[in-house]
Amino acid sequence: MASSPSYDLNRVRAAARADTEVNFGFWAYLMSDVVLFSMLFLAYVNLSQRFAGGPTPADIFSLHGVFLETMALLASSLTFGLAMVSLHQGRKNHIIGWLLATAVLGIYFLWHEVSEFVHIIHEGASFTRSGFLSAYFGLVGTHGAHVFFGLIWIATMVAQLAIKGLTPPIASRLARLSLFWHFLDLVWICVFSTVYLPGILAGGSS
Amino acid sequence: MFGKLTLDALYHYNPIIVFANVLMIGTGILVVGLLTYYRKWGYLYREWFTTVDHKKIGVIYIFIALIFLLRGFIDAAMVRGQQATVGAGGEGYLSAAHFAELFTGHGTMMIFFMAMPFLVGLMNIAIPLQIGARDVSFPLLNAVSVWLTAAAGALVMISLLIGSFSEAGWSGYTPFSGLEHSPGPGVDYWIWALQISGISTTLTGVNFVTTILKKRAPGMTLMRMPMFTWTVLCTSILIVVSFPALTAALALLALDRSVGTHFFTSIMGGDQMMYINMFWLWGHPEVYILVLPAFGIFSEVVTTYCNKRLFGYTSMVWATMAIAFLSFGVWVHHFYTMGQDPLRNSIFGIATMVIAIPTGVKIYDWIWTMFRGRIEYKLPMLWTLGFLITFVMGGMSGVLLAIPGADYKMHNSLFLVAHFHNVLIPGTMFGLLAGFYYWWPKVFGFRLDEKWGRHSFWGWLVGFYVAFVPLYMLGIMGMPRRMVTYDNPTWQFWLVIAAIGAIIVAYGIFAMFMQIYVSWRDREKNADLTGDPWGGRTLEWAIPSPPPEYNFAVVPEVRDRDAFMEMKVNNRAYERPAKYEDIHMPKSTPLPIVVAALSFFFGFAYVWHIWWLAGLCVLGTVAAVIARSFNDETEFVIPASEVQADEDAFHARLKQADVFTHIDGIQEFGDERTPAGAFVEPTTRATSGAPS
Repeated sequence: MASSPSYDLNRVRAAARADTEVNFGFWAYLMSDVVLFSMLFLAYVNLSQRFAGGPTPADIFSLHGVFLETMALLASSLTFGLAMVSLHQGRKNHIIGWLLATAVLGIYFLWHEVSEFVHIIHEGASFTRSGFLSAYFGLVGTHGAHVFFGLIWIATMVAQLAIKGLTPPIASRLARLSLFWHFLDLVWICVFSTVYLPGILAGGSS
Repeated sequence: MFGKLTLDALYHYNPIIVFANVLMIGTGILVVGLLTYYRKWGYLYREWFTTVDHKKIGVIYIFIALIFLLRGFIDAAMVRGQQATVGAGGEGYLSAAHFAELFTGHGTMMIFFMAMPFLVGLMNIAIPLQIGARDVSFPLLNAVSVWLTAAAGALVMISLLIGSFSEAGWSGYTPFSGLEHSPGPGVDYWIWALQISGISTTLTGVNFVTTILKKRAPGMTLMRMPMFTWTVLCTSILIVVSFPALTAALALLALDRSVGTHFFTSIMGGDQMMYINMFWLWGHPEVYILVLPAFGIFSEVVTTYCNKRLFGYTSMVWATMAIAFLSFGVWVHHFYTMGQDPLRNSIFGIATMVIAIPTGVKIYDWIWTMFRGRIEYKLPMLWTLGFLITFVMGGMSGVLLAIPGADYKMHNSLFLVAHFHNVLIPGTMFGLLAGFYYWWPKVFGFRLDEKWGRHSFWGWLVGFYVAFVPLYMLGIMGMPRRMVTYDNPTWQFWLVIAAIGAIIVAYGIFAMFMQIYVSWRDREKNADLTGDPWGGRTLEWAIPSPPPEYNFAVVPEVRDRDAFMEMKVNNRAYERPAKYEDIHMPKSTPLPIVVAALSFFFGFAYVWHIWWLAGLCVLGTVAAVIARSFNDETEFVIPASEVQADEDAFHARLKQADVFTHIDGIQEFGDERTPAGAFVEPTTRATSGAPS
């Protein structure tokens, strides 16, 4: 089945191009998401020094955990890229395999993030504690929610691939999911360098 | 089980609200009863609730807008009535809380549920037709948008019955809109009504950016797009880039109120000014989102009824783009007095004044288009002239307010209220009403009555001046906005005059509904057989009124800016192909109303903290969307034979109306080009000159 797709491979490839009408629309949606995240970054930068006597970044962040988290998400972009390579080769089972690898890395990232949240809240630094913590949970949590949504989307696409095979509409959806997933990676790099790095580097002085 | 919702929410200790509820429920029961009696539910479901046709979606949007025009106007009239009758030091017939709900409701409804749906409705009706497309890029998403707007409107409506509405003003400034100062459900209703309608608008923006950039007929380059299409493109870009700021601000405010975060609180490290910045980061572009498409409508109207090409098309395009760009650099002028340093205020003051330049360019373009044109004083021309004169006045008072020093005197006064009504009523409302009359025959196949339309125009125009010039005076006399009572007896005289103005506007609104009724009654007499009732210049007039579901039997080929005029002049209008082809169109689907209903219940559940219901609604929405994504059979085919039959009937009507004997006589005139040999491809023109 993987070697003999039920659809013309050229149509599948054409549907996965980034400049088709529907994929162009998805770019436009991503632009709106960029603005949404910029508002949350704005909130974080603005509130990042407002501790209200509560914990500071140095008290709650650990670079070790965030490093693993970051590597997992970066690796997931690579696996998704490989899924798209398989798409262009028309290998359905390879796509499913790479998607599952992406999902595993995404789940690891999310699990790590949630356990970090739980840990911070247990230390008495919940989002109700200060403006800084509200902004931290708001920004990182929104990114996490996006990843969670992406995982649901990956599961849906795996199911569609398994049931319907590599059809042009599915290839088109995979192209959008790919844009979405890489976008989340990009946002995470900004989160890492806006939230965690300065937070820990400035740790000593605050 | 029901969160904070108890039977208490149904008690209203206010006879006016009880009366309004009786009226609302009574109307609801009457409508449901009539629909059941006449067995219209099936028809409604098939033709309207599940439709993905952009023309019908446009009609639904405008239907919603008209309902909220009435509600928003009643709120305004009650505010005017209170201030006119209260007298110095009096109590008046409204409580302070009720008064605050009224001015909040008026602003919220007029912006989000009147102006925006009206505008998006006209966009839906006109844009695909103007660019020669068979539908928007994402018809299903379009239907989701319209029903989300309806769901958000329903939240505003239900707040009248269950609980109360926000008292924090339409902009909902923190910390007043925070939990500490507004513990009731009002602000939550306001948040979720705006949130749902804002998401709907973002989706519309995405949809129209894609539609306009990707779905134009062959030959329609960017600089050949009709002016309305250009302005809608700019507005859609503004929507995509600015509405998420509102989404974020409202989401964070909702978190502050429901889970106790400190984004905008005045304690524990929150920053209330951050809300105000975020709100106006959206709010100022929103002003141009509302006004740019109206500018586009005026451009269409002026060219059509002056029978001339638009003067300075290129300058108009650049002016539109400039306004769209500048609109992101002026938001601080909404709060000069809130503690920035003078340098910052000066920068934003200058940026604000700069916007007057491209706007002035537009005004002159319209005037020069009229100059030596053959002006037909049809109703839309009246709206346009009323707009030009009134809007310039409002713009000038805006330039006054842009001076930070002057603003320190004027801010939060009725001068400000008069100013923004003076730009939004002519700038948006008059444009919407002009577009309403202009495109009505295209949608329904008959023209609107001219006489009642003129009554409506004079009601609005005279009423506007009588209602708002006194507010300018009162502002200069020092009266703040949003006063339930006051102690200066000299103010009352002007407030009475303003209230009389509101009554005159009421006549204008009444006349508009009479206009619709009378035109519907005489629809046979006013029928538009040719699809081109005004001697139109753009592609929407090349097809029958009302257009078939697929709009264009054959996708037209565009050779000039005024595409249809070029076809008429060069004798290629109404050309028929040798053979028609099958047309694929998207199927109707109930998904949009399901998603909208779930959003409504989600909003309601969040307002009352009924968390299990909110969770179910989210799950339901995700499940519905996933289920839909498994369905690849989303299109149906209109066979060529049916298209051919439609076209035969259309051409029979054209013959009956004698179109073909007159079409030879159609000529272009004006100052931009000579009639003879006028329509040369720009590229040909460029290359025919000597290579230099």
